[in-house]
Amino acid sequence: LVVIHINIVRPFAGLSDVSISEDVPVEGDISVPVAASVTEDGFSTLDEPVKETVLRDLRAVGSKFVHVLYPRRSSALLRDWDLWGPLLLCVTLALLLQGGEADSEDRGGPQFAEVFVIIWFGSIIITLNSKLLGGTISFFQSLCVLGYCILPLTVAMAVCRLVLLGGSSTVSFAVRLVVVSASFGWSTFASTAFLADSQPPNRKALVVYPVFLFYFVIGWMILTFAPSQ
Amino acid sequence: MASTNDPFQFKEFDEAGDLLDANRDAVTISIDDEDLKPQKQRKAAGFPPDEDEDDHLGDDKAELLSGEKKNVPFWTFEYYQQFFDIETHNVRERIIGSVLPWPGKNFINVYLRRKPDLYGPFWICTTLVFAIAISGNISNFLVNLGKPNYKYTPEFRKVSIAATAIFSYAWFIPLGLWGLLLWRNNKVMSLVTYSFMEIVCVYGYSLSVYIPAVVLWIVPFEWLRWCSIVVALCLSGSVLALTFLPALREDHPKVMIAILLGIELLNALLAIGCKTYFFSKPENVPPVVIPVPRAGNSTKMSS
Repeated sequence: LVVIHINIVRPFAGLSDVSISEDVPVEGDISVPVAASVTEDGFSTLDEPVKETVLRDLRAVGSKFVHVLYPRRSSALLRDWDLWGPLLLCVTLALLLQGGEADSEDRGGPQFAEVFVIIWFGSIIITLNSKLLGGTISFFQSLCVLGYCILPLTVAMAVCRLVLLGGSSTVSFAVRLVVVSASFGWSTFASTAFLADSQPPNRKALVVYPVFLFYFVIGWMILTFAPSQ
Repeated sequence: MASTNDPFQFKEFDEAGDLLDANRDAVTISIDDEDLKPQKQRKAAGFPPDEDEDDHLGDDKAELLSGEKKNVPFWTFEYYQQFFDIETHNVRERIIGSVLPWPGKNFINVYLRRKPDLYGPFWICTTLVFAIAISGNISNFLVNLGKPNYKYTPEFRKVSIAATAIFSYAWFIPLGLWGLLLWRNNKVMSLVTYSFMEIVCVYGYSLSVYIPAVVLWIVPFEWLRWCSIVVALCLSGSVLALTFLPALREDHPKVMIAILLGIELLNALLAIGCKTYFFSKPENVPPVVIPVPRAGNSTKMSS
């Protein structure tokens, strides 16, 4: 006779006493999900046209963009993580931050590689921080979320460049400030909506603050972009 | 939270007892949520019946209280996880304790209590690095506003310089101090010894008072900057002095004064160095006149 007591009082009070006798074999069915290269029809995706493959990935990335823009507590971003979206956003942002006057004379603007390093290195540090604090989210899921939530800031960068086409006056600065602040708040809110659930409740602020700092620094880089004359 | 009077817990215990009575061959395994159950409960219903249970639990308790929880090798993830075993209110209390030093309240004894963390020092240093870079940028912009020759640049190079300065202050000086204290400990038996992580923790939290000071330096008034430097130096310096005084008290007075002076001087060096390098002085300087060579006239360059 094997008696197993599970005394976890808080949520599972009703299941506190579970006894399983030895002569009842524990049954189950562990089935491995079908390998990814075979669709439900049984046809291998190796034979499909390249356009299909690319479009499928693009659709996945696009659906995640929609999830970021309208952040609800859905697990789609976490479950099917990918790093294409973050890469796309990072490259776009780094490219948009080029072409500034500061950059052309090497007088202090961020280089392409610097933007890359800041975004990826910053995401890794924040992920390590949240894992060390006891988060249940996996490493790549966290990178995925942080990368995708740069979308509002990238959109703000594009808007800023458009505004700067009309000249850099105080009005344009005010407009840019508002746009960047709004998108910074949006990014932080979106990523917190995904990440906060994975942390124990008394450490949420400890995890959210580095995310806040990360997007603040990126927002600062966007706001201080000075176009070449 | 469960208590000894919780009938539910007792019911568990009874059932286990009944089951054991019913079948003597039964092997009892109990998985408990250890936070909630008091020790007595654990002893009664938890572990397999064992005569020297008391010793085991005594060891556990002593081990947990001593802080040297596990001897995990330093290249594993779990080793570093023990330095992040901290909650929001802990961090808040430690920051407040580092900003408001109280004579007699040793930071390490009162706030750390053998549980140093790496979260505070790391993120305070990072915040300070970005605060210095951004505030320096804004203050330069404000100082040079209106000058015709000035072109605004976001000086990102300065972030790496600031990072190097602050992180070396926060890591190498504690390393040196820890080595120094170890060496003195060999000569003079002192009642108080600090581990390396605790010293890093004190230094990290003592930098937290500089974050509001640095933001205040945006305003281009020299008197305001110097006032805030003096206040910040006093606060962080006294936190450090109050922490290391008990460790050095039994030592030769000259050595004690030398070490304390060294700590304060390095602190001041960091503060004044950052202010001088990152924040330009708002002085009334006539703009640089580029000499235009005119035939027959001599021109002077003024700066």
